[in-house]
Amino acid sequence: MALKILVTAKRVEDPESRIRVRPDGSGIVTEGVSYKMNPFDEIAVEEGLRLKESHGGEVIVASIGGDAAQIELRAALAMGADRGVLLRHDGPLDPVVVSSLLAKVVEQERPDLVLLGKQSIDDDQNQVGQYLAARLGLPQGTFASKQESLESEAEQKKQPGVKLAADGKRIRVMREVDGGLETLDLALPAVVTVDLRLNRPRFASLPGIMKAKKKELKDVPAASLGVDLTPRVIIRRLAEPALRQGGVKVADVDELLQKLHQQAKVL
Amino acid sequence: MAGRLFKGAEYLITQATKTDVFTPEDLTEEQRQIASTTEAFVRDEVLPVHERLEHQEPGLAASLMKKAGDAGLLMIDAPQEYGGLELDKVTSALAADRMGVAGAFAVSYSAHTGIGTLPLVYYGTAAQKERYLGKIMSGEWSAAYCLTEPGAGSDAMGGTTSATLSADGKHYLLEGTKQFITNGGFADLFTVFAKIDRKHFTAFLVERSFEGVTIGPEEKKLGIKGSSTTSVILEGAKVPVENVLGEIGKGHKIAFNVLNVGRFKLGANVNGAARAALAEGASYANQRKQFGVPIASFGAVREKLADRVADLFAAESLVFRLAGMIDDRLATLSKETPRYYEAYQQAVEEYSIECAIAKVFCSEVLADVVDDVVQIHGGYGFTQEYKAERYYRDERINRIFEGTNEINRLLIPGTILRRAMKGEIPLQGEVMKATEAMMTPSLDELDPADAFAAEKATLAGLKRAFLVVSGAAVQRYADQIKDEQEVLLALADVAIQIFAIESALLRAEKAAPTLPEARRAAMAAAVKVHTFSAVEKVAAAARRAAFYVAEGDRLTVMLAGIRRFTRYDASGLLGAKRRLAQATLAQERSPL
Repeated sequence: MALKILVTAKRVEDPESRIRVRPDGSGIVTEGVSYKMNPFDEIAVEEGLRLKESHGGEVIVASIGGDAAQIELRAALAMGADRGVLLRHDGPLDPVVVSSLLAKVVEQERPDLVLLGKQSIDDDQNQVGQYLAARLGLPQGTFASKQESLESEAEQKKQPGVKLAADGKRIRVMREVDGGLETLDLALPAVVTVDLRLNRPRFASLPGIMKAKKKELKDVPAASLGVDLTPRVIIRRLAEPALRQGGVKVADVDELLQKLHQQAKVL
Repeated sequence: MAGRLFKGAEYLITQATKTDVFTPEDLTEEQRQIASTTEAFVRDEVLPVHERLEHQEPGLAASLMKKAGDAGLLMIDAPQEYGGLELDKVTSALAADRMGVAGAFAVSYSAHTGIGTLPLVYYGTAAQKERYLGKIMSGEWSAAYCLTEPGAGSDAMGGTTSATLSADGKHYLLEGTKQFITNGGFADLFTVFAKIDRKHFTAFLVERSFEGVTIGPEEKKLGIKGSSTTSVILEGAKVPVENVLGEIGKGHKIAFNVLNVGRFKLGANVNGAARAALAEGASYANQRKQFGVPIASFGAVREKLADRVADLFAAESLVFRLAGMIDDRLATLSKETPRYYEAYQQAVEEYSIECAIAKVFCSEVLADVVDDVVQIHGGYGFTQEYKAERYYRDERINRIFEGTNEINRLLIPGTILRRAMKGEIPLQGEVMKATEAMMTPSLDELDPADAFAAEKATLAGLKRAFLVVSGAAVQRYADQIKDEQEVLLALADVAIQIFAIESALLRAEKAAPTLPEARRAAMAAAVKVHTFSAVEKVAAAARRAAFYVAEGDRLTVMLAGIRRFTRYDASGLLGAKRRLAQATLAQERSPL
């Protein structure tokens, strides 16, 4: 019943850093910005580790990027993943290319389950998981969540929120949808993208960090995989959102109505 | 590290270069990950329950210690053969630094991993380590250290707690009261110092559950309220003879040796607290509006931020340089060496002067930081609505424990002069050279290609100033100098600032080629701002010392020499402060 699980660990700007757009709009100011693993991917890694701890198996972590991307892969290995794959590529990417590259990894590794963050917090596109499932013709469960709260006992005990069926051939995914939760039973292999309330990821322990140094990290040139690496989505210009104007106080409902009508033009 | 192996205090008589120092920019990827784990631990586990911790919720501190154990944060200094990680002092300092944000819990953590654990690591027998170390590393047990007594604080050897062998020879019976014991309320293992037969100062491993051990009530403290501080009352406490730690009568070695590491780690720890407080100050300055503009736009606020960021930069540079020095020296030891930990102690003891400097300098930087952060908050800083108030209260203890800053200051010139008299450092000859230089003005040209030429020239002068005044002090008082505390304190101030200036300067010089332009400029600004204020302090302390030890013509000559040796061209100082403040406000934290 052991599960082979592939998870992703993208390197993104730390949301704690102050993000500013470069004056020419060509990108963000990277000076003084720190980086970390995409928080949604961290949840995916955590879920993968919990599934492995419950059912046995292996967690493989993948990322795409240059030397720096190894830092987040090592961080996932330090959390407890067994080995890593770096698809080496410098330059811009889009979800089409990313999903094509990940599909190659899935073809090579043949995991039972692929776990990804539902989106990465840099450009918040929320597309890779869906594309990946479609490319591979696999069932998908997006925005995996769970009924138990993050304060629950199950969470304290680090039980997986994604449940493996007794026969080991299906998983049950609780997903967040507008107006509630939906339960899906997916046949394995499957692709699952995870949402915020699925689990609270562990941080790497110090022994974990020291062990991670010795774990395998395969370095594969992305160009060697026979995938067209040209992004379809090209970022022309970035701009800061307009500054919010300060509010005004109104004397009464009539003035409010008038302002909503004349100034805000919403009535 | 490829740098030169320095002797303790050697920095005062020689010129170190950038390759000789370890800097935070040299951290390895694993070390950075350990820093992030510590940050995550504090952010996710400690800060959310901080308010409950401040009210001493029963069981909470012990449960946090267990969680720290799960994260591996309690095994950094423990030997591998007992399941520890035995990482370098740089890593240990880094964890202490990142833990600094945790306020009171940082104190619990430091006591547990430092004075609570290290005596056992360094002096425990295999059986003792087997029995206790695993529990302490996992956080299943918490540890405490009991040296202070109601009548014996700074005079640590003046305690009256006694130990008497029982009639059957199986136990020592301990009698006495230990006071201000950090973690006392929940610790399971206490390293207790007592005098066997009122003579032989000895350490004992005492379990909380031993018969005759009672824990006193919690002290009501000014700050670090979330940490436990109690007395430990020993009334015929029955301690098995196999729980004697180290040699009978050699307890003072244990008591003092762990303090060196403790002092240097306290330096790292308070730097973390200072960084958090500064970030709070910078972000408040951006938010708070007066006269229709954010107070961050006022020079009065900006100057405070710039000065404190520069000081913190020096404090960090100093601690990591020292960590690197200790690691380099420890790296020369083989673990196979018989009596490894004795050699290890000697290696650390070599830097007892620098450890004391780290304690004093960093704790005083934090004091200035929290004071300014309250001031930036204005009236709000005086209320408990803002963190500034707690930072201010939590800071105070750092200048008292791990040896008061006075005790540590006295130790600095005291140890330097003692080593000089033993011929371990050639101070005498250097004093003569410096005195000669005082008489013959040098006309050294500054190297225009060296960005830090002015600082380096001044630094060389400051070292001469130290040599001249300490030489005069020794000449005046000879052996009796140890009783002239006012003189020693002044000499200490000179020695402390020199180490700080040099560490900051060498760090900036070493890091410069690897940094993006903006950060490099901020670092250079920090060096200028810090050097200027530190040189002023050196000049004042050196003059003070001169007035204490000399008079008449000698005094006149010495004062003139000090004036020349403490000259620093700080052109562009205002611009440097503004740049540094700007960067701090933009990032709402130290930009370095």
